[in-house]
Amino acid sequence: MSTTEQQNLYGILAEFKNPKELTDVAKTMSKSGFSKFDTFSPFPIHGMDKAMKLEKSKLGWIVFGHALIGFSGAIAMMYFMSVVDYPMNISGKPFFNAPAWVPITFELTVLLSSFGAVFGMFFLNGLPKFHNPLFNVERFKKATDDGFFAYIEAEDDKFDRTEVKKLFQEAGATHIEEVYD
Amino acid sequence: MSKYQYVPEPALVKGNHDFASLTRLVTDINLRPTPKTWYLAMIGANALLMTMVVAIGYLIWEGTGIWGLNNPVGWGWAIINFVWWVGIGHAGTLISAILFLFRQDWRTAINRFAEAMTIFAVMCAGVFPAIHVGRIWAIYWVFPIPNQMAMWPNFNSPLLWDVFAVSTYFTVSLLFWYVGLVPDLATIRDRATDKIRKVAYGIFAMGWTGSNRHWWNYEKAYMILAGLATPLVLSVHTIVSFDFAVSMIPGWHTTIFPPYFVAGAIFSGFAMVLTLMIVARKIYGMKEIMTDDHMEKMNIIILVTGSMVGFAYMMEFFMAWYSGVEYEKAIFMLRATGPYAWAYWAMMTCNVLSPQFFWSKKLRRSVGFTFFISIVVNIGMWFERFVITVTSLANDYLPSSWDYYSPTIWDVLTYVGTFGLFFTMFLLFLRFLPMVALAEIKAVIPQADPHNYDEETGEYHKPKIEVPKPQSEKV
Repeated sequence: MSTTEQQNLYGILAEFKNPKELTDVAKTMSKSGFSKFDTFSPFPIHGMDKAMKLEKSKLGWIVFGHALIGFSGAIAMMYFMSVVDYPMNISGKPFFNAPAWVPITFELTVLLSSFGAVFGMFFLNGLPKFHNPLFNVERFKKATDDGFFAYIEAEDDKFDRTEVKKLFQEAGATHIEEVYD
Repeated sequence: MSKYQYVPEPALVKGNHDFASLTRLVTDINLRPTPKTWYLAMIGANALLMTMVVAIGYLIWEGTGIWGLNNPVGWGWAIINFVWWVGIGHAGTLISAILFLFRQDWRTAINRFAEAMTIFAVMCAGVFPAIHVGRIWAIYWVFPIPNQMAMWPNFNSPLLWDVFAVSTYFTVSLLFWYVGLVPDLATIRDRATDKIRKVAYGIFAMGWTGSNRHWWNYEKAYMILAGLATPLVLSVHTIVSFDFAVSMIPGWHTTIFPPYFVAGAIFSGFAMVLTLMIVARKIYGMKEIMTDDHMEKMNIIILVTGSMVGFAYMMEFFMAWYSGVEYEKAIFMLRATGPYAWAYWAMMTCNVLSPQFFWSKKLRRSVGFTFFISIVVNIGMWFERFVITVTSLANDYLPSSWDYYSPTIWDVLTYVGTFGLFFTMFLLFLRFLPMVALAEIKAVIPQADPHNYDEETGEYHKPKIEVPKPQSEKV
């Protein structure tokens, strides 16, 4: 085996029969001390977060931050426009007319929070990412259809070509493939 | 068999589907050549759309004088259609957000569909406030953007709240819809064989791989969005109802308006989802996904919200009497017996009477009857907006200023034309996007649950539960 090939090796991908076997191999991978591994399925599998020992998503905090921006931004905007910059006497209503500002404050809080949820999710997932070595594997197309894949990156500290293959084989993989970039 | 025997829920997806067959069923529609009937439908929809463009063009040229507005009724079909279309849109978000939070798995079959309907309905709704201002080129005044007159919008006005509510609603619905679409777009990208599709779907799928690390954040995002969209749905129609309720006009100045508008919106929205679903599932052979059970559940929601709307109608009468305000009493008597009695009783028949048929299980499960009622309900809800808007304005405090309102051909053409916009968008959606939320529907079939696999062999075994006959069939 030449050294260049060793460098280009991106990881090892294995296909499994069903969600159960994928969950089982995820348990094995996390137990064996791998950290740079992943599982792929066409839909989210219940219990996979525990099997992979995933940390709680940070998304909630991102959304909360955005909600605060939306809330204070809305009030600041209305305060500036109708109290500071151009106060207008409309049927004797106060310039700082808090009850009337509730709807817009609410709407802008929701709007900014949604931006936080969607763009925060894409940010945490590192998307958009159009180039992914996994896309070089023809079989990987099944991951969005009916395929269940497990993958260990070559960059993982514990990565060893034969060990990883053995692990997948023992877990009952139907197909094992090396992924090159 | 004991009376309290466990009766399992019927399967959400009928037929012996597995993951691959579901993928094929849904994405083949997008991948195969465009059917001729689609073009025919598109021509029809485009003709209507052109009608709208012409009607709006003439409106911009000539001004709102071409509409049937008169002196007391300064606000006719434009607001009626706006409120009606926004209401139609509500079912989509309700199905995708509120039913999601309540763990109603049956929503997965119809949520994509209903969300698309929401977005297109809100687009149609948005047309009306934009054009009804008369000077359409000054529409940017409603947005808080700096201009040469150093002028800001009036934040005390419910009409401005509307601007924020509807545009937020549209944006959030669109984001929600898109997030749901990403995994399914990836499915089409991976199945597409021609270059154009691969690239186009690839760009919108953003390189989605189905990684469970991604799913983890994705599900969190979906949950948060559902949590955000739930109060949003309720707030939007509440704010729309403020357009009326915050005024001093008899018949409008009531606190029942927000919940009553929301119930009506859900009522008409579900009816529209049913109308579209019944047609689409027949054409596209989706009866195994969008089953009669789904239809029945939606009919129950129509029954509930229809009864709520009926209750609100009666409560309005009670409050008019109980308030002791003579103008209030008069307007309600006029609604039922005055010049617009025809509209009032049309509304009562369509909205209060027609959903009551759904107390019968047989009728709830009858496709033809449901289709008929769904259209009746939509007509009825249009009449409701008509009755509220026109009767209160046409006969207010001063009898000398009363006048009868009737629309012109331009009112009608603009309204009919918005159906062109709606159906054009909907046809494009059916052609190019997966109409069923694939990733979600796969997750609710029993094979998706790791617990349904045998510990030893790892083979899938169908959960063996004896399905006892329902009690009703035995009697």
